[in-house]
Amino acid sequence: MAANLPTQAQVQGGIGVTESQITHDEHALHDDHHHDQHWLFKYVFSTDHKVIAKQFLITGIFWAILGGTLSSLFRLQLGWPESTMEWLTPVLGKWVEAGKLNPEFYLALVTMHGTIMVFFVLTAGLSGTFSNFLIPLQVGARDMASGFMNMLSYWFFFVSGVIMFISIFLETGPAAAGWTIYPPLSALPQAIPGSGMGMTLWLVSMALFIVSQLLGGVNYITTVINLRTRGMSMSKLPLTIWSFFLTAVLGLLSFPVLFSAALLLIFDRSFGTSFFLSDIYIAGQALPNVGGSPILFQHLFWFLGHPEVYIVIMPAMGMVSEILATNSRKPIFGYRAMIGSLLGISLLSFVVWAHHMFITGMNPFLGSVFMFLTLIIAVPSAVKTFNWLATLWRGNIRFTSAMLFSIGFVSLFISGGLTGIILGNAALDIQMHNTYFVVAHFHLVMGSSAFFGLFAGVYHWFPKMFGRMMDEKLGYIHFWLTFVGVYLVFLPMHYVGIAGFPRRYYAWTGFDMFSQFADLNKFISIAAILAFFAQFVFVFNFFYSIFRGRRATENPWRSTTLEWTTPVVPGHGNWPGEIPAVYRWPYDYSKPGAEDDFIPQNVPYSKTTSSNLPYENDNE
Amino acid sequence: MTTLGVLLVLALLLVVFGLLFRLQILTSIFSGSSARELGTSNRVNAVLMIVFLVVGGAAFAWSFGDNFNKMNPPIASVHGHATERMFWTTMIIIGIVFVLTQVLLFGYSYKYQHKEGQRAYFFPHNNKIEIIWTIIPAIVMAALVFAGWKEWTRITGPAPKDAVVLEIMGKQFNWLVRYPGRDMKLGVVNYRLIDATNEFGFDLSDKSGLDDFVPGEIHIPKGHPVLLKIRSRDVLHAVYMPHFRVQMYAVPGMPTKFWFTPTKTTDEMRAQLGNPKFDYELACNQICGRGHFAMKYKIIVDEPDDYVAWFSQQKSFSEQNPDVLASLKQKEEKLVVKKAAAVIETPAAKASL
Repeated sequence: MAANLPTQAQVQGGIGVTESQITHDEHALHDDHHHDQHWLFKYVFSTDHKVIAKQFLITGIFWAILGGTLSSLFRLQLGWPESTMEWLTPVLGKWVEAGKLNPEFYLALVTMHGTIMVFFVLTAGLSGTFSNFLIPLQVGARDMASGFMNMLSYWFFFVSGVIMFISIFLETGPAAAGWTIYPPLSALPQAIPGSGMGMTLWLVSMALFIVSQLLGGVNYITTVINLRTRGMSMSKLPLTIWSFFLTAVLGLLSFPVLFSAALLLIFDRSFGTSFFLSDIYIAGQALPNVGGSPILFQHLFWFLGHPEVYIVIMPAMGMVSEILATNSRKPIFGYRAMIGSLLGISLLSFVVWAHHMFITGMNPFLGSVFMFLTLIIAVPSAVKTFNWLATLWRGNIRFTSAMLFSIGFVSLFISGGLTGIILGNAALDIQMHNTYFVVAHFHLVMGSSAFFGLFAGVYHWFPKMFGRMMDEKLGYIHFWLTFVGVYLVFLPMHYVGIAGFPRRYYAWTGFDMFSQFADLNKFISIAAILAFFAQFVFVFNFFYSIFRGRRATENPWRSTTLEWTTPVVPGHGNWPGEIPAVYRWPYDYSKPGAEDDFIPQNVPYSKTTSSNLPYENDNE
Repeated sequence: MTTLGVLLVLALLLVVFGLLFRLQILTSIFSGSSARELGTSNRVNAVLMIVFLVVGGAAFAWSFGDNFNKMNPPIASVHGHATERMFWTTMIIIGIVFVLTQVLLFGYSYKYQHKEGQRAYFFPHNNKIEIIWTIIPAIVMAALVFAGWKEWTRITGPAPKDAVVLEIMGKQFNWLVRYPGRDMKLGVVNYRLIDATNEFGFDLSDKSGLDDFVPGEIHIPKGHPVLLKIRSRDVLHAVYMPHFRVQMYAVPGMPTKFWFTPTKTTDEMRAQLGNPKFDYELACNQICGRGHFAMKYKIIVDEPDDYVAWFSQQKSFSEQNPDVLASLKQKEEKLVVKKAAAVIETPAAKASL
């Protein structure tokens, strides 16, 4: 592959070279100044978006390993409900009682798995890493609008993580009311011990996490709107940036609502208010609270909770669009339709939340409205899928690790997305609600898909992050093991769900109607644990390649976007000279008449007269 | 000691793996194979795409067929048949889309793999195609929404006037069931009156509660609409009866309801399934704490005559628990006295100021 690579001059095009020759004294000085920064400010309390991105990524990897470990633990319980867990005592201590996992601890495992994966890995780890890393590099900015706020964003996330981590080791255990923390269960320590100190720490941690998200979000939005380089109009932005931008908008509008829910819950728990509590007799005592509504909490929660799944998936969609185009050597099909569908999804994501609540006793008319809005959201999702397929059509596909994960993403997104059509139908949700059908659905469409987007992003932008390549063969092994593993876990899980198996059950052995799938559950558990272990291939590859990977070139994937015009490892300020100007959209791949099969965004039309389309000749 | 040994072996294995990996890289660099890598590995991955599609698809089809009978809990309610039809119709529609898109995805991946000298087709957009594939899903969705909406309104519409009424109350960690008795009216309850014997919080000053009865299992008549009044006295629970396709949250402070018509008696279902031990079961389907997974309750569907016979045999709660009745009366009297005292005391206290 190295033989095919063009020289730096070719990549940057004539204009890039001449412009960078115009010395930019001020910034050069600026650069030198930063070279003797104290390591503490260079690597720890850094305000450089690239360092912050790596911090998010590595913290995310830590959380992903922890979240995966928790899932392996509860899959052990579900696969082998009758066997002894004595051997886990050295790790779990008192949570193993007489050879059995404590049922409350089981619920804590499920809760922490969900919380960690949704918030710490797929929100902070995914969007935190790539929004930070790519927004300045791809829009052509020296850094984020506010480097300081960006640093705070990471450190709020870090502290929030520390608090959540500590909560795991509490005497009474961490929060155990499900990641959706529905009150009254989450409000009353009498109901479950995890709702004591564990829940308090959960709420504090989430409050800090929300602060982190807001600080990050404001920055992403401001940077995209204000700091685009010359010529980078909104209609020339790579789809990655569009998706990060809209993700940040979603987060900014929805996270405060979760904050309000958390705040009211804190009030109910600690200050005797009754926002969510009413008519409760528990532990031999009638509580004084009357007039509250647990359903109100669900409305508040899902007003964030639903946009949240798009916060998780949209960055992955953006990166996958980019990677599919680059490695198919084709423009993304329907660039404007892709932006339009992102806008449509963003807008609709705010008006579908109550499809999580069809059978909570909410007014059925409301259910009808939300069913209608929910199924509409399938249309932009379908458009995206078709456009990805059309991008592959008549391409010239290179299967890099990133490309494999992107194709895997599309496959998983289809498989998981389609069952959403069932669950969005209120009449069918009566039976499917809270069963393993739901679990399988969202693990495919947002869990695994977003993870695949994350992996694709890491493999693709690793060279720009660390100046080295990840090992491709290990990448292939990682992909195929994970891809097959994910399907082996979640396809059979649909069967279990159709049979009506409820989620968050410690064991199904008590019910005759839930007794028929013992073997399948064992199978799912084995597949899940193997798929989890396959992730260590990635972890090894990642850390090994940081130090010993093959050295990268400036533009190893022969890509068009601006980040590849920077040096192999961009320093502080990203471009040593002037920031390149942008003349064209980011998807000029395999343009007829062009010498190479890609034309970077910073190459003016005057340099490419042989390949210009008629209207492009007058563009300058 | 053995643990230490195992850990040591694992660590050594990791080291060996790392060394082998390093060796492999070094040899590949020396043999100069990294330049040719795109060729072979690209072909291998392209072939694997097709293998995955074919083998994976076949395995999926086989396992789906193999498990099909197990994954369908038998249906025993009128609306259950309708939603089941809709479920499988929708499954067929999404199944077709699933197969088409996955075949295209992996098929294209294989067919358009990199070839030396080949150039991709510059095809940035095509409005006609895009409009078509926006409109078609929109139409299909509209049809599905309409069907779903019609069924949903029917299911959640008001229960027939003659429906059998019973109350299900969730608590940590079991269900309590109450029938209205001969007067067909459920008596007033008050959560502040709940104690170990009076688990419902019967307020027996309300006369309509005197004949309410609390059985140990649910009985409902076949072919007759049944209205479940659902509530919870502590945390959220969900009444989930998979055979009847019934599910509704039990919410403290907000009574909910669900009505349905059972179509098969327990005996008929036992005969149909060839399982003499079969019983309809009620489960909790909203996380509620330690015993969430064990909130099982038996439901028996009777022929209408049997149901009437069973119903008339039940003894009311007040009859079975005369002491509760007595203590409630006492409590009530005390309450009245206290209130009266308060009325007297307040002016007196004020006067004494």
